[in-house]
Amino acid sequence: MPRVQGFAQRVKTNLQVYAVGGRIAILERLQYPLASLMFMVNVLIEPIIYLVVWSSATVAQGGAVGGYTAGQFAGYYIIWTFVRQFNLAVGPDNFNWRIKNGTLAGELLRPVHPIDIDLAWNLGFKVMQVVYWIPIGVILWLMFKPEVNPQAWQLLAFPIVLLLAAYVRFFVMWLVGLMCFWTERIDSLIELYFAAELLFSGRLVPLEIMPAWAQNVAGYLPFQWTFYFPIELLLGRVTINEFGIGVFAQVAWILAAYVGIRLIWVRAVRRFTAVGA
Amino acid sequence: MLKPIKLFGLFARISILNEVQYRANFFLQVLQSSLSLGTGLIVLSVVYSYTDNLGGWSQAELLAVYGVFVLMSGLIGSLVLPNMWAFMEDVREGRLDFTLTKPEDAQVLISVRVVAIWRLVDVVLGLIVLGVAITRMGLEASWWLAFAFAATLIMGMVLLYCVLLLASILSFWFVRVWELMEMMQSIFQAGRWPVGIYPDWLRLGLTYLIPVAFAVTVPAEALTGRLTPELLAGTLLFTIVALVVTRLIWKWGLRNYSGASA
Repeated sequence: MPRVQGFAQRVKTNLQVYAVGGRIAILERLQYPLASLMFMVNVLIEPIIYLVVWSSATVAQGGAVGGYTAGQFAGYYIIWTFVRQFNLAVGPDNFNWRIKNGTLAGELLRPVHPIDIDLAWNLGFKVMQVVYWIPIGVILWLMFKPEVNPQAWQLLAFPIVLLLAAYVRFFVMWLVGLMCFWTERIDSLIELYFAAELLFSGRLVPLEIMPAWAQNVAGYLPFQWTFYFPIELLLGRVTINEFGIGVFAQVAWILAAYVGIRLIWVRAVRRFTAVGA
Repeated sequence: MLKPIKLFGLFARISILNEVQYRANFFLQVLQSSLSLGTGLIVLSVVYSYTDNLGGWSQAELLAVYGVFVLMSGLIGSLVLPNMWAFMEDVREGRLDFTLTKPEDAQVLISVRVVAIWRLVDVVLGLIVLGVAITRMGLEASWWLAFAFAATLIMGMVLLYCVLLLASILSFWFVRVWELMEMMQSIFQAGRWPVGIYPDWLRLGLTYLIPVAFAVTVPAEALTGRLTPELLAGTLLFTIVALVVTRLIWKWGLRNYSGASA
């Protein structure tokens, strides 16, 4: 039986786990610099495609599409690449892999919750991604000449919103990943999840440009708080009211996902049968 | 010359026999393919709700590009990629030794071993999209058009095969190259749009480094009557050069393979 710990003790233990896990992830990234570079290209090709498509569309339309100039599109997608480094999360398919090859069996034996292991690892991973991003961000900035005009408060608020965005995405994805305990055939579900994210998060295109039905649907989903909201904030297109609503929504989604994880995790672990020696 | 085709037929039969045991996978593939097709079409319609022309391509023409893209993804995904993954795995595990001892050409053997038949769903979907695009373009069918399209499609596939094999061959030197393969697959996504819209540096990369241009844009150009005989000849020349170079590098790589089963 694990020792019952006080709250302060638990916080201390968790912080230690994050520090160690984060360090391991950083070392892993440094060990395979070439793999990290290729991963970066993987992440970057997507926004560059959108950026080029929308720039071509603005050229064809004589300067602006749906209230965005070519420079604002450039700004949108360059900030996109930065936000993306932060909101990288542990994909739902990761659970499938962990269950199938038995890694999870080992992790369950540790006195640390797997979500803490993931949070720690994800943290270190992000730190390195941001470091790798800096030179690429500079190049993109020089190449596409973005228009980005945040006010002082928007600039100050951005780190908070970015952090919240990262954790909305992390917790929601972790929750979706728990489905792997019930079915092995989760690929289609994951595909559906990412298709929804693509359309309703502002990942594909600023939500304002999407048709009205998509904007309505997006209102009921967590996705826009992970891409659209932080990007628009730094672009300088968010009012103080919208900022308040956005932060509230982010916190609410994090709490909802967290409660969901707490409820489902207990049942999921009960269903789990260990594989491996 | 007929030997590789016969071998392919034989392996294809085994693959099919193997796969039809798992028929549920067919429905899952249909579900996934329809989903990504639907997303792709929504993206196209969003772009065209704001403009009626993208880099000189009309909506119906872009639909044709997208159809070729889906078709080519299906072809590569069912015929080429699974073989490459299996080959890389073999090098890592040392199983390539068994292939090398067989009395057939090893490059042929590793290239035709697996057919992922359910991925052919994408081929069907791609053809349907192409059919719709052709009707919308009001294209008059001609033998030259049909020939040019088929020829460029096959050459595009061969070029992608060459590049993917070259990437896999790297596993003779570096054991872990799957990140490279994944990177190439995500770069292939750029083929959803005609390469003409990309900035020069990216277009050159998409033409010669990872021949998305030849694999998707050129067949679409053939279909929309943009293909000149010179471009067709150039594509043929490039394909032949790529095949020869790939063959030479394959042989060189094989000499570097030390085996792992001892």
